[in-house]
Amino acid sequence: LRATVLVRPKQGILDPQGQAVEDSLRHLGFAVADARVGRVIDLEVDAADPGQAQAEVERMCQELLANPLIESYKIEITG
Amino acid sequence: VIADRPRVAVVAFPGSNDDYDAVWALTALGAETTLLWHASERLPDDVGAVVLPGGFSYGDYLRCGAIARFSPVMAAVAEFAAAGRPVLGICNGFQILCEAGLLPGVLRPNASLSFVCRDVALRVELDAPPFTSRCTAGQRLVIPVKHGEGAWFAPPQLARQLERNGQIVLRYAGDNPNGSVDDVAGVVNERGNVMGLMPHPEHAVDPLLGSGDGALILASLLDATRDAVPVPV
Repeated sequence: LRATVLVRPKQGILDPQGQAVEDSLRHLGFAVADARVGRVIDLEVDAADPGQAQAEVERMCQELLANPLIESYKIEITG
Repeated sequence: VIADRPRVAVVAFPGSNDDYDAVWALTALGAETTLLWHASERLPDDVGAVVLPGGFSYGDYLRCGAIARFSPVMAAVAEFAAAGRPVLGICNGFQILCEAGLLPGVLRPNASLSFVCRDVALRVELDAPPFTSRCTAGQRLVIPVKHGEGAWFAPPQLARQLERNGQIVLRYAGDNPNGSVDDVAGVVNERGNVMGLMPHPEHAVDPLLGSGDGALILASLLDATRDAVPVPV
């Protein structure tokens, strides 16, 4: 099964990278605000069903893919 | 083996780049220093302290220190720390210890968006073995920083708890180079035997090169290590 993990800086956490992106977009003339930069992790998970895959990826997020102090994550299981 | 020469292991990870400086500084201060490759599953038997040096282990992939904490040596480092023995993490070493859960908080990208590389003034908040016994509380130290991700962060409740427990050891004095919470520059674990700091004491061990203040921290560590080593008769 395919899993996609979206890791984002938690709300209220200063995101200098997002700020830099926002500043650059403004520089280009785009009217934007509140840009946040996270990361995407695509995975092929060996699991019997989507439920099991979801549980596995959940553990991956807690143990490695995200730091719970500063990041939130969202898991999507497809195919 | 000379009994009063403390033995210290400096762990080199792929991407460490201050490992030799740490070895040099500790040796200059009188330690018998072993450079230990991260793939080693155990620490040398008679080692009295472990130092995780600065650098960019595993290219800072995912998050700084997030991958290095899975290095084979880290289980032995965690065991060593659990036994109450001193472990010091400098810069990337600090990041690794946070990711490994051996120190509270996490290091985030600098608020300024810029890599900082300069001397900074620090205030010693805690003077206690094994890391700051040679300092006095309130003392001002000048030690260089060089990092892009050195903004220590802890949620407010955790930060307050650490303050109450006396786990904040060093603060930036006046000029916070990275935007860390409460100007924190260095913390210890609850037991006080694991410390991490962003400034580089190993780069400040000779007044000829700007400052010798870092030697106070490293020498404190060596004092504690020396005291802990059973003297063979």
